[in-house]
Amino acid sequence: MKTAAVRWSALALTAGLVFTGCAEGTSDSSDDESGGGTVYDPEAELSGELNVMGFGATDEIGQTRLDLASEAIAPAAVSLIEGDLDIQQFLSAIASGEPPELVYANRDQIGTFASRGAIIPLDECIDGEGIDTSIYREPALNQVTFDGSVYGIPEFNQVQITQANADLLAAAGLTLDDVNGSDWDAATAATQAMYVGDGSSLSVIGFDSKLPEFLPLWAKANGADLLSEDGRTAQLDDPKVLEALEWAVGIYDVQGGFGAVKAYRDSADFFGAGNQFATNVLGAMPMEQWYVNVVNDVSPDAPMAYDTVRDREGQPLAYASGSAWAIPEGSSNPEAACRFIKTMTETDSWIAAAQARVDLREAEGKPFTGLLTGNAEADQAIQDQFVTPSGEQKWDDAVAATYEANEATFTLPANPADAEFKTAWQDAVNRVLNGQQEPAEALAQAQEEAQAALDEAWSTWDQEEG
Amino acid sequence: MARTQVHAPGSLGDDRAARARRIGRRRETRAALLFISPWIIGFLIFTAWPIIYSGYLSLTDYDVINSPNFVGLENYEELFRDPKIATALWNTFIFTVIQVPLYVIVSLALALLLDKAGRASGFFRTAFFLPKMTPPVAVGILLLLLFNGQDGLINGVLGWFGIDGPAWTTDPDWVKPGLILMSLWSVGSSVIILLAALRNVPQELYDSARVDGANWWQQTRKITVPMISGALFFIFIVNTIAGFQTFTEAYTAFFGSGNTTYSNDAALFYVIYLFRQAFEFLEMGYASAMAWLLFVIIMIFTAIQIRVSRRFVYYEGEQR
Repeated sequence: MKTAAVRWSALALTAGLVFTGCAEGTSDSSDDESGGGTVYDPEAELSGELNVMGFGATDEIGQTRLDLASEAIAPAAVSLIEGDLDIQQFLSAIASGEPPELVYANRDQIGTFASRGAIIPLDECIDGEGIDTSIYREPALNQVTFDGSVYGIPEFNQVQITQANADLLAAAGLTLDDVNGSDWDAATAATQAMYVGDGSSLSVIGFDSKLPEFLPLWAKANGADLLSEDGRTAQLDDPKVLEALEWAVGIYDVQGGFGAVKAYRDSADFFGAGNQFATNVLGAMPMEQWYVNVVNDVSPDAPMAYDTVRDREGQPLAYASGSAWAIPEGSSNPEAACRFIKTMTETDSWIAAAQARVDLREAEGKPFTGLLTGNAEADQAIQDQFVTPSGEQKWDDAVAATYEANEATFTLPANPADAEFKTAWQDAVNRVLNGQQEPAEALAQAQEEAQAALDEAWSTWDQEEG
Repeated sequence: MARTQVHAPGSLGDDRAARARRIGRRRETRAALLFISPWIIGFLIFTAWPIIYSGYLSLTDYDVINSPNFVGLENYEELFRDPKIATALWNTFIFTVIQVPLYVIVSLALALLLDKAGRASGFFRTAFFLPKMTPPVAVGILLLLLFNGQDGLINGVLGWFGIDGPAWTTDPDWVKPGLILMSLWSVGSSVIILLAALRNVPQELYDSARVDGANWWQQTRKITVPMISGALFFIFIVNTIAGFQTFTEAYTAFFGSGNTTYSNDAALFYVIYLFRQAFEFLEMGYASAMAWLLFVIIMIFTAIQIRVSRRFVYYEGEQR
């Protein structure tokens, strides 16, 4: 008897250990969408609460627009659930029937949320509040448009530009054209020319092709998309994707392998005064435009040179990413959420935010390096109104490259299996970088995994939609 | 002549005494249940029910948001078709098989040293335990720094001896050894347990052994280890279960926010894959099936360990 009790206790204890952390939510999904029956009227007085998940007004850009949006929905009250969106927390809230009224997510998450019924289409919101979707950048809007309906309103935009160390380029007799991606052979040669190392030990990285994350960029530069326009067919085994991967991996191979480059990259003081550019240990890399501000802040004397990333035809190119607003299924205040979204992303709000940023930068004696949003009209207005020569060519070049890149963006279309799709191609790149597979084999496996995930997710969606 | 009243077995007096004992025991049982009822209620709600419900979910297609859709044993069949399950299980098995004995040996070695440390023992006890206070996420980040192939402390030390250290954080052959070595960071708690056990070994046993001419190694092997075998077994079994559930450090180092796009299959432990299925791909039904498979595996290993322990583990005062 005693032994049995001990056994059962051990069983229960072990089970507890195993399943701790595997809690799940339960809910009966509601068939009626929150949008149904909701009247979006720009003149209507709003009330109640607006709990916003995933957004934090951590700087003047956020705070200025938050103030304006709060004013626009008053007397409804805004409450922020700050920090990056915790998907587990968000979905649990949906499942338990107590979702936030508004959610701020990465644009590439919108398709998955939409397909699962976690967020509602914004068509009625857009019509009712009179949101002009033509002002938003098309690639950004495509990223939040799922099966013909808009599920999110784009907010910030991020693009890559070529960021290089002018001294290292000059010392090797190179120019930005050698490292902006327009000539892959030249980029490989430039890598070898600037790289300093001994076997697995590096002291200067010539060029960093930034794998795995920038495979879509290099594939597009070579004329290929990883995913078909309708988001249903993976194209990871396209010969042009393979060629792009082989070239980008080759950049590491000529520098002692990815392990050596990554170890050196990981040991760098990325956000500090001793960053790779300031200490002359990195020749060039494609990097998001916000890093210009970092370098400008912490190492203003770094010998920088900037250009857009370019495709093999020499045209500017950027793989855009960013955030978006969406209204969760079951939101108890979709009217306030809709007007809040409208105000946060409208042109006047962005201009006010940019003015706040300009004022702050002037007070600090630093240049304004631009502001990229999902709103093309706002971007143009801000560029026209606030972007002026800084007095230093390198920062002016950075701003020019940023705005040029912003006009040449592409995105991957919304799809219901975004996480699986992304994992498939990233794992493939990682297997190649880790020396576990050849590029062709890795991409073939990724194609199979990604297509299976897409087929299953689209099949579920198609069945539900009837 | 005085007469002593003797009740025959089963007589009225015996019945009353037995009933009184039964009533007393019932009262004690009720009181005990009352006192542990908060735990029982908590266990039922927060542990037992999720376990049972996850069993049901493992038979469904469930994405957290929409209602579970019953699919029978499909998720379990998928476990055998999914090649990453085999990879994750193999990684987890190898990690556990190497890490647990190493962890126990290092813990024992440090405890034996501490036992001889005299007055300094208190300081070293604290020093060894401090790393245990480090959050596992920080340990994951620390791993990337200490084992950095370029500037890491570990390769720096190896360099003093002319050894060109490996790429611990990218080479698939060296990722698991790095994680195993890093896991020794938190050895402090086991050292404290073993030290307490060592202090309970009767001194007379060592005195007798010395009189008989036993050296240090013989004393350790024949007296110390058998006398603390209960504590050793506890550490062994708890770490085996923890080994099968390895997650935080490896996830942080190779799959977490610090490496949003870089990952390494060599660090794909079973619970990491389970977590990704549940919370990244929203395949909660499949993840539940994975959890039940892990539960069965752990139960099997635990049962084997308990069975084997009967031959080797000595509990003071135990009736055999």
